[in-house]
Amino acid sequence: MEKKITLNMITCRTIQQGVGMEAGKTSQKYFDACTIMHMHPEDMKKLGVWKNTNVKVTSSVGSVIVKAVETREDLVPGLAHIPMGPWANRIVPAYTYSTGEPCFKGFPVDVEVAASARIMGAVEVLQDACGLIRK
Amino acid sequence: MPKDVTDVICPFCGTLCDDLIVTVSDDNKTILGVKNACAIGAEKFNHQRLPGRVQRPRMRQADGSYKEITYDEAIDWTANLLVKSRKTLMYGWASTSCQAMSIGHEIAEKVGGIVDNCATVCHGSSLIAIEDVGVPSCTLGEVKNRADRVIFWGCNPAHAHPRHMSRYSIFPRGFFTVKGHKGRKIYCVDCRYTDTAKCADEFIQVQQGYDYELLNAFRTAVRGEALPDFVGGVPKEKIQAMADDLKSARFGIIFFGMGLTHTMGRNHNIDIAINLTRDMNDHTKFAIMAMRGHWNVTGSGQVLGWQYGFPYAVDLSRRDQARHQTGETTSVDLLNRNEVEACFYIATDPGAHFPVDAMISSSRKPTVTVDPHINCTTEISDIHIPVAMVGVEVGGCAYRMDNVPIETRKVVDPPEGMLTDEELLTKINTRVDELLAKGGA
Repeated sequence: MEKKITLNMITCRTIQQGVGMEAGKTSQKYFDACTIMHMHPEDMKKLGVWKNTNVKVTSSVGSVIVKAVETREDLVPGLAHIPMGPWANRIVPAYTYSTGEPCFKGFPVDVEVAASARIMGAVEVLQDACGLIRK
Repeated sequence: MPKDVTDVICPFCGTLCDDLIVTVSDDNKTILGVKNACAIGAEKFNHQRLPGRVQRPRMRQADGSYKEITYDEAIDWTANLLVKSRKTLMYGWASTSCQAMSIGHEIAEKVGGIVDNCATVCHGSSLIAIEDVGVPSCTLGEVKNRADRVIFWGCNPAHAHPRHMSRYSIFPRGFFTVKGHKGRKIYCVDCRYTDTAKCADEFIQVQQGYDYELLNAFRTAVRGEALPDFVGGVPKEKIQAMADDLKSARFGIIFFGMGLTHTMGRNHNIDIAINLTRDMNDHTKFAIMAMRGHWNVTGSGQVLGWQYGFPYAVDLSRRDQARHQTGETTSVDLLNRNEVEACFYIATDPGAHFPVDAMISSSRKPTVTVDPHINCTTEISDIHIPVAMVGVEVGGCAYRMDNVPIETRKVVDPPEGMLTDEELLTKINTRVDELLAKGGA
C-alpha cells in the first residue's frame, strides 16, 4: 500500500526562484527552482521517499507533482516548503478570510510518492488547470 | 567602445539599490555586464538581451496558438474590451513607473475598473493593519545610521531582498553605527532556520502560525507581566531576555515579511507587531517596516493613495466614488466570486502567483496582459502586449520600501518600435476617449 503523510505547507520566495523568474518563466532555471518541495529528513524517512524523487502533493484544492528534496534551510519535522510559483499555487487555497490574502502559508497537504509521474512545465501546469490544453 | 552607466537603480525588489554599474554596448542596444547587483537583479538586466523576446503584440487564436498583430490592433481591441466591460479588474502596476500608473488610473476612472496592485497578495494585510493602527516607521537611511537592534520577523532578506542586509540592516557602518555589524544585535524570528537566521545573533524559532501569540507575549514581557512557560514553542526565559535587551536599544527596527502577512491572523499579526513597536517607544526609539517585494509596489500604493485615498484594491466601477473593502474589492476575492467581466494585467504575473482557483476564473474572461516577456499569465490571455522594461529600457519614478521616491534610469534602448507602458496606456486612453465619445463600443 502506498504510504501517505500529512504535512503543514508553506510557500515562500527563494533566491533561486527569484533568479529563475527573472531568467524567464519558461526557463529551465525557473523550472528547477520551483518544482521542488523542501522536506525534513525525518519526514522523508516517514514517507519512505528518496531524495530527489517525485511526489504528489494534494491539498483541499488540488494536487501537483513536484520533486522532494532535503531542506537546506532547516525546517522542523512536519513542515514542508514549495517555492512560490505556478506549481505551489496549484495547491494554495484561494480563500482569503476577507483579507484579500489567500492562504499561502500554513495549509495541510497530503504527500505520497509518485516516482514515475511527470512534472509539468510552468505554462503547462496553469493551462492544464484552466482547461486550455487540448488533448 | 562599451561604456559604463553608473548609479543605475535596480528594478527588482523594494530595496531599490541605486549603485549598480551596467556596461552597455556601443550602439546602446545590448547590456554586456552588471556590477554590484544581487543575483536576481543581475539576471533581470541580463534577461534584456536574451534572444527570442516577443517584440509585437500577440493574439490567441481558436486553436490555442498566437498570431502577431499590430500595436494599433491590440490597442483598439483592449480599448473596446475596457469600454464594453462593466467591471474590469486592472491588476498589477507593481513593476511599472508611477507615471504609467497615473495614466492607467485615468482609464480605470473612465471605464469603471477596479485597480489593484500586488500588495493584494503580499503586504495587503500590512496595509489593513496600518489603516487600523497607523505605523511608526522610518527610512532605511535611519536604520543604517542609527539602528543597533534589528529584528527580522517572518522575512528572509537573504533570499528576497539580497542586498538589504549589506546596504541597510546588518553590515553597513553608519553615522551612529560606526562598528557596523559588531555594533548591532540581530534577531531573526521565523518558523525555519533561514539563511537570514544564519546571519543573526539570535534565532527564535516560532511554531508556524503562532506569530500573533509570540508578539503578544513580547508585549506582555515588555510590560513586565507574567508569561506562560512556552509561547509558540519559545521558552519564556528567551522571550523575557530578548524583551529586556530590546528595551536597552538606542534605536530598534522590526522588519517583517510574508511570514506575518500570509499566515493565519493576517492583518492582526501586523496590528500587534505595530502595537509592540508602539509599546517599545515607551522605553526607547523603535520603528517597524514592511519588506515590500516588487520594486514599485510601494509606488502603486502611493499613487492610489494620493489619488483615491486607498493604497490598493480601489473599486472605481461606481464612477463617482472610489471604494475599497478588503475581501470585496481585492483581486483574488473578485476572481473567486467571478465578479469581473474582463481582466487587464500589467507588469505582473498573477498566473504564477495567484492561487489556481482565481486563475481558472480569470482564464474564462477576456484578458489582456501587458508585460515585456512571456510569462504564465500571457499564455492564458487573449492578447499579450509586450512593452519596454521599466528601469532598464525606460526610466520612471519608483518608491523604495520606506516610501522614498527614486527616479529609475534608462540604461539601453528598447527594441525597435516597442512602446513603453506610458505610451501604450496613453494610446489606450485616447482610444477609450474616442469610443466613449461615440457612445460606447
